[in-house]
Amino acid sequence: MHITTPLRRSVQLLSTATAPALVVPTINSRPFSVLRRPRPNYPGHVPLTTPERSLLTIGSALMSFFDPRRGDMIAVLGEVTATPYFIYRLRDAMLASPTGRQILRDRPRITSKTIDLDKLRAMPENTVGREYAMWLDKEGVSPDTRSQVRYIDDEECAYVMQRYRESHDFYHALTGLPIIREGEIALKAFEFANTLLPMTGLSMVATLGLKGEERKRLRDVYFPWAFRNGLRAEEVINIYWEKELETDVDVLRRRIGLERPPE
Amino acid sequence: MTSLQSTRPLLRCCSKVTSNIRSLRPLSRSFTVGRPSTAPESQDERKSTHFGFKTVDFTEKASKVAEVFSSVADKYDVMNDLMSMGLHRPWKSRFVSLLNPGRLPGSPNAQQILDVAGGTGDISYRILEHMTDINRDVESRVLCTDINPDMLREGERRLETDPSLARWKDRIEFRVENAETLESIPDNSIDIYTVSFGIRNVTDIPKALRTAHRVLKPGGVLGVLEFSRVKPWILDEIYQRYSFSVIPVMGQIVAGDRDSYQYLVESIRMFPTQARFAEMIEEAGFELPVGKPYEELTFGVANIWRGIKM
Repeated sequence: MHITTPLRRSVQLLSTATAPALVVPTINSRPFSVLRRPRPNYPGHVPLTTPERSLLTIGSALMSFFDPRRGDMIAVLGEVTATPYFIYRLRDAMLASPTGRQILRDRPRITSKTIDLDKLRAMPENTVGREYAMWLDKEGVSPDTRSQVRYIDDEECAYVMQRYRESHDFYHALTGLPIIREGEIALKAFEFANTLLPMTGLSMVATLGLKGEERKRLRDVYFPWAFRNGLRAEEVINIYWEKELETDVDVLRRRIGLERPPE
Repeated sequence: MTSLQSTRPLLRCCSKVTSNIRSLRPLSRSFTVGRPSTAPESQDERKSTHFGFKTVDFTEKASKVAEVFSSVADKYDVMNDLMSMGLHRPWKSRFVSLLNPGRLPGSPNAQQILDVAGGTGDISYRILEHMTDINRDVESRVLCTDINPDMLREGERRLETDPSLARWKDRIEFRVENAETLESIPDNSIDIYTVSFGIRNVTDIPKALRTAHRVLKPGGVLGVLEFSRVKPWILDEIYQRYSFSVIPVMGQIVAGDRDSYQYLVESIRMFPTQARFAEMIEEAGFELPVGKPYEELTFGVANIWRGIKM
């Protein structure tokens, strides 16, 4: 396990500030046989060998493309493509921010038990909480529909991935992008520019499934907006959503440097 | 899936169990499940049994198995094709033709055939086809039972949706039954008892075999199709690695459920060797065929055992 003191972590961070976190060896970097897997690092953890990881990557990528209803496949694709490097970079980005560090310390989870949806619906217009509840209702999902992370070896990075996954509906509220396929792809482009997770980038392949007019709109309007804002804005992973529920959405947007998408 | 994960506290035993398994001697574990020479009643006093490589309470296993099959029911046939690379089809065909269901010409009575753990009806439909098309028997009937109603529903659904199966509508019946008890089935009433890739999931295998003995008529035939040990050793190593690596990943991709397929491959490892299972059949009161008591298919990946109730 990464038993590093906060001091050592920040030294590591400073030294890698210019050269971003390179190959941090995974916990289970020793090769192992599938007949004798190492112990799980957290409940549900499944250490995978490299061939298994490759098979799962290809399989989940194909499945996500051909059957977009398989949200679990998109989630798995995110997990297996997050290592090496990308999930560590995201975790380090959290460590570099005070709210990010707070989140990593508190490890809040967004489930129907921890979020009181009725209270959120009753909040004033244009607050983060109200917008979030509205998006959930529109989409017809509850916070519990997100699957558990299983294929990321580092326990802290598994939490980062889980946090990212559970925050997705908040990103909808934040950007105001609708839940139709076009909006989802635009949001994924924004997430790619902001979090650099490969799965979000790969999701842009889904534009191939769209009609010509929608594709044109995405290419000309939404992707430029997504990349401009994603790169410019602060890391959305660092937003402590549970504390921002009563904040006005526009205030939050201005704070992180995000402008609303056109139309 | 989450209910399987509720056995996490029992995982502490798992590493110990796994290290036992590693020495490739799981026979000692399967022995704890049943030893017919001792009084049958003492079996219920035993507290735990195996569920794949996990240790679970004796009474829990049946419901855990049911959960696994509820979760795999709708993708079952697709997954079977993928996991066995299509081999399950010739295996099942060989099984049915070896048993040769259907009454012989000149025989007065129609046969009653019981397909236990028949699930989606693969074997049941093959049996009906064999007896009708090859033995020209249009009267004998098949009773397809399973502990899991979802699997049976899938079997019934196939009856509705597949036009080639429509002719069996009146000759097949689906019923929920536990293989260990078969409560609704009277003694000495079945001509052929088949169980295909189901008996390894039964909590108390010797009890299921004795129940099979009970329901069969004298002269009735028991047929078991099941996974067991692969020989030679080098093929076994490849087979094991394939099982534990590729199959759960495929389960994740196709069915969205890694855990159920992990259970399936573990339950294969836990099943006795071919010879030991043949012994268990004998111990339940059956006569084995002279010469080879079992037939190996594909190097022992799948095997057919038969027995006659005298």
